[in-house]
Amino acid sequence: MAAESGKIDPMHQFEVTPLGGGFNLGGHEVLFTNSALWMVIAAIALGLFMWGGMRRQLVPGRWQAAVEGFTGFISNMMIANIGTEGRKYTPYVFSLFMFILFCNLLGMLPLGVLGLHPFTVTSHIAITGVLALISFAIVLVVGFWRHGLHFFSLFVPHGTPLPMIPIIAPIEFVSFMVRPFSLGLRLFVAMTAGHVLLKVLSGFVINGFNAETLWLGSIVSVLSFILMIGISALELLVAGIQAYVFALLTSLYINDAVNLH
Amino acid sequence: MPQIAQLTADNWYLASQLFWLLVVFAGIYLVIGRGMLPKIEATVDARDRKVADDLAAAKAAHAAADNLEESYRQQSDASRAAAQKAVAAAKDKAAKDAEKRLAKVDAELSEKLAAAEAGVAAARKSAMAEIESVAADAAGDLVAKLSGVKVAAADAKAAVKAVLHG
Repeated sequence: MAAESGKIDPMHQFEVTPLGGGFNLGGHEVLFTNSALWMVIAAIALGLFMWGGMRRQLVPGRWQAAVEGFTGFISNMMIANIGTEGRKYTPYVFSLFMFILFCNLLGMLPLGVLGLHPFTVTSHIAITGVLALISFAIVLVVGFWRHGLHFFSLFVPHGTPLPMIPIIAPIEFVSFMVRPFSLGLRLFVAMTAGHVLLKVLSGFVINGFNAETLWLGSIVSVLSFILMIGISALELLVAGIQAYVFALLTSLYINDAVNLH
Repeated sequence: MPQIAQLTADNWYLASQLFWLLVVFAGIYLVIGRGMLPKIEATVDARDRKVADDLAAAKAAHAAADNLEESYRQQSDASRAAAQKAVAAAKDKAAKDAEKRLAKVDAELSEKLAAAEAGVAAARKSAMAEIESVAADAAGDLVAKLSGVKVAAADAKAAVKAVLHG
């Protein structure tokens, strides 16, 4: 990708670099990395955002209304998908949604202008995969806790004719087991692809102005820059949508475990 | 691709990634998900309940006002009906009184009339009797003057009576 650009490597933004503070945990060295830094920044930004909505006024101000918009969005989604029992799982899904959303959006910050390197935490499958596995583990624990071995009837959809069960059940089982992978992969791929695309286009902008035939290079640069503006807007949308999809699918999977069929 | 490269077991930063993710996400879950979110939801719920209560109170007040207006209307209807009844009764009484007085006056008048008629009849009768006796006297005198025959007073009287009464 962008081979002719020489120095501009669109994958460089995904590199994890140590920032120090290492200690040993069970034979593995744990370092404070730029990835960890951006997770902490996301957590602090989220904490500040939520803290601004804690004034608990009867008539909310703008900030409180914004925070209540987010909480209401998630709790309505939980109630719509799971029922009133879904409120129990709202703290987890809300944390998930807000963490992913803030990581996605912070990764989009144009801090490169200031010489800093924003890092998109959610563009790493190690992160999204673990979040997906946590969701999947909750589904399994809740499902077996509430329904015991009867939870396996999830693999037999309601009204399946008896002779079809040996064929349907393995398919359902595979589609169930694929869930954590598809859940983690979807977010990782969307974030990675968007950021690679933006970096490739920005490489075009820079190399266009550095080209030997400046008039042609300028045309390429300007067109690429216009495209970048549009794609940046699209990426902001994707950042919100991917966080929503992750939370929505998690709530649907939890619904399977809570309300088996 | 650093994302895939870190999934190999000997990668130096996979452990850091997982450790910090779990620490940060657990922190978010405990502080924000368990700590702040329920308070915000409680605020929203309290507001929703307050709005619902206020709406219910407004509805109740509206119903009470409707009832009040209805009872006021009924009361005014009733008092109007009572007033009309009183007026009608007064009118009725007045009419009856007038009738009674009229009847009384009527009776008095007819009594007076009857008395007057009786007086007239008596006067007429006495006048008739007087006329009879005067006529009988005059007839007797006339007969005596014309024929020199003395007519008995009783005869003259009978003859006059026959003439007078046809």
